[in-house]
Amino acid sequence: MQIECVINDQKTVLEANAGELLADTLRARGLLSVRKGCDTACCGLCTVWIDGKPTLSCAVPVFRAQGKHITTIEGVSEEAAAFARLLAAEGAEQCGFCSPGFIMTVLAMKRELKNPTEADIVHYLTGNLCRCTGYMGQMRAVKKYLGVAS
Amino acid sequence: MNKVIGQAIPKLDALPIATGKPVYTEDLTPPNALTVKILRSPHAFARIVAIDTTKAKALSGVACVLTYQDVPNIRFTLAGQSYPEPSPYDRLILDPIVRYVGDAVAIIAATDETTALKAMELIEVHYEVYEPVLDFEQAMNHSSVVHPEPDLFCNYDIGMNKERNIVCTHKIEVGDVEAELKNCDVMVENTYYTQAQSHAMMETYRAVSYLDHAGRLVVISSTQIPFHVRRQLARALNLPASRIRVIKPRIGGGFGGKQTGAVEAFAAIVTLNTGKPAKIVYDRQETFSTTTSRHAMRLTVRLGADREGYIRAIDIAGLSDTGAYGEHAPTTFAVVGDKTLPLYNKTRAVRFHGHVVYTNKMPAGALRGYGATQGTFALESAVNQLAAKLNMDPTEIRLKNLIREGETCLTYRGKKLGSSALDRCIARGKELIGWNEKYPRQEINGKIKAVGMAVTMQGSGIAGIDTASVEIRLQDDGCYTLLTGSTDMGTGSDTILAQMAAEALATTVENVIVNAADTDVSPYDPGSYASSTTYVTGMATVQAAADLKQKMICLAAELLATTPGKIDFDGKRFRDEASAKEMTLAKLAELSVLGTGKLQLVGNATYGSPISPPPFVAGFAEVEVDPETGKVDLLRYVAAVDCGTVINPNLARVQAEGGIVQGIGLALFEDVRYDAKGVMQTNSFMQYKIPCRKDVGEIQVVFEESYEPTGPYGAKSLGEVVINTPAPAIAHAIYNAVGVWITRLPATPEKVFFGMRQGGISKMRTEDYDAGR
Ligand code: FES
Ligand code: FES
Repeated sequence: MQIECVINDQKTVLEANAGELLADTLRARGLLSVRKGCDTACCGLCTVWIDGKPTLSCAVPVFRAQGKHITTIEGVSEEAAAFARLLAAEGAEQCGFCSPGFIMTVLAMKRELKNPTEADIVHYLTGNLCRCTGYMGQMRAVKKYLGVAS
Repeated sequence: MNKVIGQAIPKLDALPIATGKPVYTEDLTPPNALTVKILRSPHAFARIVAIDTTKAKALSGVACVLTYQDVPNIRFTLAGQSYPEPSPYDRLILDPIVRYVGDAVAIIAATDETTALKAMELIEVHYEVYEPVLDFEQAMNHSSVVHPEPDLFCNYDIGMNKERNIVCTHKIEVGDVEAELKNCDVMVENTYYTQAQSHAMMETYRAVSYLDHAGRLVVISSTQIPFHVRRQLARALNLPASRIRVIKPRIGGGFGGKQTGAVEAFAAIVTLNTGKPAKIVYDRQETFSTTTSRHAMRLTVRLGADREGYIRAIDIAGLSDTGAYGEHAPTTFAVVGDKTLPLYNKTRAVRFHGHVVYTNKMPAGALRGYGATQGTFALESAVNQLAAKLNMDPTEIRLKNLIREGETCLTYRGKKLGSSALDRCIARGKELIGWNEKYPRQEINGKIKAVGMAVTMQGSGIAGIDTASVEIRLQDDGCYTLLTGSTDMGTGSDTILAQMAAEALATTVENVIVNAADTDVSPYDPGSYASSTTYVTGMATVQAAADLKQKMICLAAELLATTPGKIDFDGKRFRDEASAKEMTLAKLAELSVLGTGKLQLVGNATYGSPISPPPFVAGFAEVEVDPETGKVDLLRYVAAVDCGTVINPNLARVQAEGGIVQGIGLALFEDVRYDAKGVMQTNSFMQYKIPCRKDVGEIQVVFEESYEPTGPYGAKSLGEVVINTPAPAIAHAIYNAVGVWITRLPATPEKVFFGMRQGGISKMRTEDYDAGR
């Protein structure tokens, strides 16, 4: 089947099998930042934006992308790098495997929440698992990024 | 002098890995690689009577289907250990006997996943089903023998008795434990159960293989152990190791899981059979249920002390469950005693003894902490219980009994502890958690808050066995290339080694290129496990840098027509002060590779340590327990860490925080469970809960540095030791809150609740509190 959508600001026609998941389709198109860490929509690694909203691409059948704007970290590379530098300054990316999904969620949060409290931040990010860092360093970086006092 | 050690330098690979660049195994798959899938046993214990692959092979798009008839009949171990491995050679790539639900039955390779899965359904297998051994406490007397095969082989006498399902038998005793226990004024005895834990690294197991331009087998793998994988593949596939190259790219977490070669042989055998590139990527379910977990153990501790609180005798009797195969079985078990008994050195006798048994469950393997985690939970819980019984402050009983820098202990047999700041760690941790105000408990609005603590040690590398080589090359432009076989798995060890080299060569990390973990290129290194890289590979790095520096100075002296002793090297230029002659590093580099009669300068070192100096942690937990439900919330965790010199404070801190959170998972949530037929019930993140952001409270890590005289710039290890304290410290805090000793991990609300129903609070009040007041 053919799906017309916009991926990282480029009009695209996706060729995909019915039942295919968006995460797999994006990866097959060479967007290798899109990863899966689970089969149960639990980990957040596959997070991309659909019409600006962070979404688990492993849980979205590709036909739902019809007419939508899809954004992966490749499409917001400068913004992502700006936050990644803060993360790196904390040493808070360890293996980095969770980072693209995590960063997509952080960038969306910055757009969506005004003056969030620490609890708001934790709540917003809670679907993004990380097995390496213990989350504290990520929080330090997020607070710096949002200009929230620690 | 420039100082690189101690600087919070961002990791060399930070930006690319954080922003999703294609630098991991699957990203490097060659085009048109076959997809490899594994047909798995639905039975916990069975023999394949017949297997028919005709229909599967006939399916269009299927490249090969392999069964036990198609693999070499040579047993091996997947444990990533230096040769000769202590783990038994009890595996085949595919075995006619299947020993757990999920054991491999057939390998299918096809042009795409859908076809491979379709082919899998077309394979017909007939099994003769046996009674499985599921309860590890019954394994020794079970009528079933998990490994009946006669060709199972051990490199050492590990005390195997396979007719009784005993993989190995271990005993270490110094002094006469029974006699000393009789002499003690006070004794505590308790049996602790530590559960199987899953690594749950975010990048599941995966490997890609192909044949290169010379027809050699290349395997790109998300592994901690490229050289061990090369050797395993050589044996399992019956190929000379020289025909195999293993490359480790960036890895999405390992935690010991990738110290066992889970998937490489499956991809490799497909490539050998078809000549085509192949890739195998485990999904989360396979990662949970067909790889390895932490060894579940039963540990019975008897602790004897005198009235003043001096611990005089420690006895730990253990039983460990290795599951279907014996990867890391003898060594994880030995570590239980090795990394606990030295802690308390006022003892007159200590003993650790017991067995590891086979069962028909997923194999256990290496997982961060590697037995020390299990031993720490048991011994520290017993020490906390002893303190309660003696009505002593648990921090005081530690300070009274702990081994100090410069001291020895029974199991060290005269060797002295080179460095320890554990006493300072305890003092600092107490202060930060507010111990004096909060211990043991406070009741506020029906909720109870309480604190608890534990201490631990680990090692730094495997003494006398694991040996790392490092090569540092002066390049033609005056920068350096550091070659290592160690495997940064996200820990930042490549950066740590670059910092050490930069320090020794008086340069910056930007001038040190790190090339790591390619068996064709790297000097030999066992890989990153056993808390070895900073300490062992780090020492090799420091020595290789010193070797290179000496060679550079000699060449500079020759070119400047002076003597090496007169040359001063500041990282940028070589200068003979007396004659004011000098030469830049760039010039020296250029001249070292230009013209005739030259020799490019390379520093080399091979280092293995005769000792494994322990890092230490004092961990403090503050919990809130709901007495109505037994629910435990972790409010705060303070860890004061002695890893010797801290090479990179940010990387160290995050590694410590991450380890503590895995320890919190072990303490409160994580538990690999099976049903009555041996089917794993916890094969997804729905059923197997790892801590998320909301579960961990506030974690504070502080470093109390010691200086390890045998370590690189005084450093010891850090990676594993940090996982050990949360379970006993949280269990202790729960006891202080509601009087329930959690002896079976994890501390779920049900266990706390039923403990309270059995008289936790009231029992505690009468026995331990009122009696003491
Ligand atoms: S892959 Fe885990 S949530 Fe999508
Ligand atoms: S950094 Fe490894 S999972 Fe988050």
